[in-house]
Amino acid sequence: MKNEPLLEKWSGRVANVTIGATKEAGGSRKTTVKVGAEESLPFLFREGNIAHKPALAFEIWDVYPAEWPAELLNAYGDILKDPLRWAKKCVQEYRAGLLCLKLQGAHPDYGNKNAKDETGLVKELLKTTDVPLIILGCGDDAKDNLILPACSEAAKGERCLIGDAVQDNYKTLTAAVLADGHNIIAESPIDVNIAKQLNILISDMGLPLERIVINPTIGALGYGLEYAYSIMERARLAALAGDKTLAMPFICLVGQESWRAKEARASSREFPEWGDEAARGISWEAVTAAALLQAGADILVMRHPKAIKEVNKYIEELMRNEFRKS
Amino acid sequence: MFIIGELINGMYSDIGRAIKEKNKSVIQTFALKQIKCGADALDVNCGPASRDPAGDMRWLIETIQEATTAPLALDSSKPQVIASGLEVLKNQAIINSTTADKEKLDRLLPLAKKYNAKLIGLTISAKGIPQNKDQRLELAAEIVASCAEQGFPVENLYLDPIILPVNVAQVQIREILEVIAEFKIISEPSPKTVVGLSNVSQGTSARSLINRTFLTMAVAFGLDAAILDPTDKELMDALITAELVLNKQIYCDSYLDAYRKK
Repeated sequence: MKNEPLLEKWSGRVANVTIGATKEAGGSRKTTVKVGAEESLPFLFREGNIAHKPALAFEIWDVYPAEWPAELLNAYGDILKDPLRWAKKCVQEYRAGLLCLKLQGAHPDYGNKNAKDETGLVKELLKTTDVPLIILGCGDDAKDNLILPACSEAAKGERCLIGDAVQDNYKTLTAAVLADGHNIIAESPIDVNIAKQLNILISDMGLPLERIVINPTIGALGYGLEYAYSIMERARLAALAGDKTLAMPFICLVGQESWRAKEARASSREFPEWGDEAARGISWEAVTAAALLQAGADILVMRHPKAIKEVNKYIEELMRNEFRKS
Repeated sequence: MFIIGELINGMYSDIGRAIKEKNKSVIQTFALKQIKCGADALDVNCGPASRDPAGDMRWLIETIQEATTAPLALDSSKPQVIASGLEVLKNQAIINSTTADKEKLDRLLPLAKKYNAKLIGLTISAKGIPQNKDQRLELAAEIVASCAEQGFPVENLYLDPIILPVNVAQVQIREILEVIAEFKIISEPSPKTVVGLSNVSQGTSARSLINRTFLTMAVAFGLDAAILDPTDKELMDALITAELVLNKQIYCDSYLDAYRKK
């Protein structure tokens, strides 16, 4: 007797979110990135359609990221001082299909850039590059409420993905994103209940559920990865079972979390038994990303070009046609 | 929970009058109101006073179909009324209902197959309403066996244990709850279960409270579907909360709204 695999049947589907607007859609991007629309758990092609492959975004900062570990600083060199050159290199040399601009410099402790500085940068960046854009605030609520609506307006019509909205501070950003035709990132602190609540609050303001991307907050390998994984899995299972208020794509800030890990940063002089620090950090980022792909991540925001290259290869492998054959 | 709205029934005076006067807008308003409140399907019953039940059934179906594509439960004890209704039905059909009697099963199962309908099977027979769990299970098994014999998919069968009013048959209510769970193990795949909820509170002074208390308990015993008044907001809130407690949906502060957004 032939063994037939037991296949799960799902009634729900993750929302299909488009980032970037081409000329025809009223923007100026050459390409768009579509994420979501899964009808099964990650890469289980026989249980449901998986329309899009996960997207990788290169993280760019508006200020020199002085506290990044040496390996990251060396990988990019001097261009880290110029966000436009940095972005251009990612697109031209590393073939980035998606950029994630982090407005860290607006933070009161990181230079306190104002809305004018940041909108200027967003406009220039949109001129310099033609791939879709993610815009992240600095994490200071008061400051983000000044700069993000301004940047949203500056990028009006480009259908960016802008974040993060959080449970105590979502109204200003939601209103801006709604007015300017963008998508929003809803962030919850590794908490599926808050993720769901925030999505409802945002959609109650009139933003369709199909324009929300969940940032579930993650931990890197060794720093709560399993916990993040379980929360993402629980949300995705609910989505596939028909819960539309959790049926959004996930964005994971892999670079940010991975390069915070001691194992990614510590020098080999300090821990000779841990091996070469350059390779170690890259692996830490790539492995964290690979695990999150299996948890259902749709967009991975990453930092090291080599780690991104590795993860890209892994995604291509997973999405290869022969896996799809039934 | 699959919710079948019970309000389109000629027994209610508004509906009875609308049927008599062929007033479409009353029927359509009741149909849409129930769907808005969370009904997945609508029960259609022309009531005991109808002089032309087959004609009234057809008119009700055609009227409701103009307003919604929701599945309709054709509710009549007379197979010829159901057969007549099925002829004009375009929406998904639910036959409400057969009993465990052979004549009825032989008449309605082929119809259910022909129209790809779901079938509600009452665990009742010409001998009357069962008085205990074993009798209910026996009748349920007979219905399931007939379905299997006639090639009707058991997962489209909804077994109804027949709820009795709590003020009439208080001693039986616990067994009725238990048998809801036991119906599920009669066959694999399992039949589904349904109750006509309002019966439990018939003739009592606290109808809504008794309805929702019974419903939450029945949900815990694995009830799949219920024929009820979806415009009873407290009833629906209790149902949503029961499903939440049973981990059928993920909690959030606005879980009642979240459920209704589905």
